[in-house]
Amino acid sequence: MELLCPAGNLASLKTALNAGADAVYLGLKDDTNARSFAGLNFTPKKLQEAVQFTKKQGKKIFLTINTFPKPGEEKRWYEAVDIAANTGIDALIVADLSLLDYAHSRYPHLSLHLSVQASATNLGALQLYKEEFNIERAVLPRVLSMKQVRDLAKVTPVDLEVFAFGSLCIMAEGRCHLSSYVTGQSPNTGGSCSPAKHVRWQEEGADRLTRLNEVLIDKSGIDEQMGYPVVCKGRYITEGDTAPSHLLESPTSLNTLSLLPELAKANVVSLKIEGRQRSPAYVEQVTKVWRNAIDTYLRDPQNYQTQAEWDRALSKVSEGQTTTLGAYERTWQ
Amino acid sequence: MKASLGPLLYCWPKEKVMEFYKSVADSSIPLVYLGETICSRRRELKFSDYMELANMLRESGKEVVISTLALLEAPSEYTELKKQVDNGEFIIEANDMGAVQAAKEKGLPFVCGPTVNNYNLASLKKLHSWGMQRFVMPVELSKNWLNTVISVEKPGFEVEVLGHGYLPLALSARCFTARHQGLAKDKCQTICISNPKGLLAQTQESQPLLRLNGIQTQSAACIDLSPEIGEMAKMGVDYFRVSPSGMQCIEIADQLFEADRTGHIATTEDHCNGYWYQEAGFNRVG
Repeated sequence: MELLCPAGNLASLKTALNAGADAVYLGLKDDTNARSFAGLNFTPKKLQEAVQFTKKQGKKIFLTINTFPKPGEEKRWYEAVDIAANTGIDALIVADLSLLDYAHSRYPHLSLHLSVQASATNLGALQLYKEEFNIERAVLPRVLSMKQVRDLAKVTPVDLEVFAFGSLCIMAEGRCHLSSYVTGQSPNTGGSCSPAKHVRWQEEGADRLTRLNEVLIDKSGIDEQMGYPVVCKGRYITEGDTAPSHLLESPTSLNTLSLLPELAKANVVSLKIEGRQRSPAYVEQVTKVWRNAIDTYLRDPQNYQTQAEWDRALSKVSEGQTTTLGAYERTWQ
Repeated sequence: MKASLGPLLYCWPKEKVMEFYKSVADSSIPLVYLGETICSRRRELKFSDYMELANMLRESGKEVVISTLALLEAPSEYTELKKQVDNGEFIIEANDMGAVQAAKEKGLPFVCGPTVNNYNLASLKKLHSWGMQRFVMPVELSKNWLNTVISVEKPGFEVEVLGHGYLPLALSARCFTARHQGLAKDKCQTICISNPKGLLAQTQESQPLLRLNGIQTQSAACIDLSPEIGEMAKMGVDYFRVSPSGMQCIEIADQLFEADRTGHIATTEDHCNGYWYQEAGFNRVG
């Protein structure tokens, strides 16, 4: 079972590998990936360095090209694929049909992983991408229950990767327009959800108002622990109600440490840690805990138990300092 | 360019659905999409009921397309989908890549719904090669986007734009309607039936923002691109989709192409058109 960790920059990449990651994933410094934030990601030169460092350690490195090429600007995305192929990347993580087609026909030996942004949740979708583009692996959206993951794993024609830890996207990825509805930019079109330039905090008496493109998405106490402001984690009022509540989801992170044995038994090949936008300190902390958990499980699968100190360590770096099993657990749904 | 009626996104009682489509049969709308696209737990109408409605509409001279589920998770949902694809009479609207595969496997033509990611011409051409006859533009895309895609050459497929109704914005595993009522998803009592236009959610400053419709999140504001119809027709858009929001939407679709009509189609509601102008979706330009 592979531990796949995020690398927003070279420091995070080295930290992840030193802390026990089996593989890292990263993006180029432009909008060809869905974590296009200022100060993040890799120039082609830095990417070369990252590949060399990773290979020297005998680990794997995947390049994320998971946004959708814009009409008239497709060249930028094709070039990203070319760069990946010529740099010795182990696999490309791609969502767009035309890019999968390009990569598969130009570089048939380059491994392709279907990005979570392609939103493939069922056998038919996986078969399509396997038959047409020979994808080797698919990253499952965070909308399936553990039972559904198990069912899919029994029949899938490709390897499966799941999100194990990190910020919790509660919508079918790649098909969520909440960010663009409010800001004009979405992960698909602009390379990020809830872009920082639209976020504004305002203090009003004992309250902190969180605005996204001037829309009040939350009102909290000044000392309350808040996550990064996104539309789906705001507090709103429904018709007929008077009190605001987290109608969609509260700020929380996904943590599947307790599901590790089930994911392993289902033959999930890779556990993904979310967070290319987070600091090297986060990457180190999370990677260490998960390395430890996976090793503990592999040593003695029968007696695996989540240790309280692991959960504590992960909670500290979680949104709202709380965690959930999300959609894996049917009651959450 | 003509009007089309999108699938009913809400859960209405069976009698109301039947009454609605009887009125649709009497309308001038030439193209009707029919089927449950949101949640497999909504069972007011069975597959056979939809087929009956489809036949009734066809007999009234409509072209009918069977719309399929947008989020396919359980194996049972995929089995049901294959049954819809295999209906033998009507083409389907694929709202997920799984549905595209199901149609492609059978060598059947299909329409690509707005929740299939189509962001460039090369991807559309790929889908066309697999049998896509028409595609509904994803809601977050714009006039400029569409122009770039269809102005280079006349595409081999038709183009449909969602022009009126509440915007489908997101899909989740979680049922927000059941959760709001304190019900478990597996014991939801099909509670969405009590929100015929979804459940409106406002900000703490009373700004209407979202509309909760089971596992789907919609826009609070109604998109209205009716003043753009002339330009859309010039661009080569084939269908202007009206997404059902109530009985009055039939009248709206009927009036869209009246010769002397100008400006916005009569609506008292908060409306938006930002996406069309490459802005935040909720913006109102003009």
